[in-house]
Amino acid sequence: VEAHPSPSERDWPASIHRAFSQAGVRLVSYVPDAGHKRLIHLCQADETIRTIPLTTEEEGIGLAMGAWLGGEKSALLLQSSGVGNLINVLGGAQECRFPLVMIATMRGEYGEFNPWQVPMGRATPAVLKEMGVVVERVAEPAAVGPGVEAAFRLAYKSYAAVAVLISQSLIGIKSFQEQMDR
Amino acid sequence: MTTPILHRREVVATLLEDRGDLLVVAGLGSAAWDCTAAGDHALTFPLWGAMGQAAMMGLGLALARPGSRVLVLTGDGEALMGMGALATIGVQAPGNLTVVVLDNGRYGETGMQESHTAFGVDLARVALACGFPCAEVVTCPEELPPLRNAIHTRPGPNLAVVKVIPERLPLILPPRDGALLKARFRRALLGPEADTQ
Repeated sequence: VEAHPSPSERDWPASIHRAFSQAGVRLVSYVPDAGHKRLIHLCQADETIRTIPLTTEEEGIGLAMGAWLGGEKSALLLQSSGVGNLINVLGGAQECRFPLVMIATMRGEYGEFNPWQVPMGRATPAVLKEMGVVVERVAEPAAVGPGVEAAFRLAYKSYAAVAVLISQSLIGIKSFQEQMDR
Repeated sequence: MTTPILHRREVVATLLEDRGDLLVVAGLGSAAWDCTAAGDHALTFPLWGAMGQAAMMGLGLALARPGSRVLVLTGDGEALMGMGALATIGVQAPGNLTVVVLDNGRYGETGMQESHTAFGVDLARVALACGFPCAEVVTCPEELPPLRNAIHTRPGPNLAVVKVIPERLPLILPPRDGALLKARFRRALLGPEADTQ
């Protein structure tokens, strides 16, 4: 654990983007979250990546399954509240052993200001695990990049569904105003 | 609403005639059985679950394989559950994707309860509103060969709602093993190297 991460290590969204490039990700789908704002921008600016806004998170699982049938790697960006929308379709991915990488920014935990986020935030890791997803939590900026790289290896080399949960302490949203200002 | 005259098995057999290298995703339930009745095929991925995701799987496939034509064959209940996918597809506008909804206005696997389309919800107009350049309602046998050609050639995304008779038909089931269905599809499309990708 690094006490004083360097500026590049603090820029954890950039380290996720680098991991996408390294893994050869071509499709990135998302339901936006304030915590994913910079990563979404980085992906939109990357000519090698096609970004796909979704109306609801489970669309991202269908998309990832179809993309892998066609030989392409993808990632799904979501907020922890969206994990609840995935449950049934994760069963299909598990039965078929489709590789999946989900990057979820956590709400409802560290310093949450919105009580309605708390129940799903608290249930997020358990729900994913119950549906057979490998859950990896990261709470240090320097751990994000390596964590996402490891997630891609596990997903695409071992045909696993993997969720990387980015701690709310990294996102640090503590008020509606802060969320608006991002 | 006029009474449908088309039989779903005949519709699917016509649409899949001389399918060539067409990639097919079949929505769960009757649509998957119809595709199997027309001939089980490695390049058909029949869904046994993940209701609502057939069109999104078609989108993922269409974006991954821009040089291939992709057909999603599904039912009205399955399409209604994933109606947001039409908005997502409209935004991505994949030219190589067609969604065909076999619309009997019923949930056929669960006791033929009426679906929203039985009450007039019009998925073709939803698709048009989502930016599909072409969305049509098909009711006559004469319209099927042109639709079959559109699946192979017309710039999409296309959507066709084919009004079919609500009928109980013998179950003709594809393989159930999801990992097998995935692996055989990828091998048929990508070659043996897909096994070690």
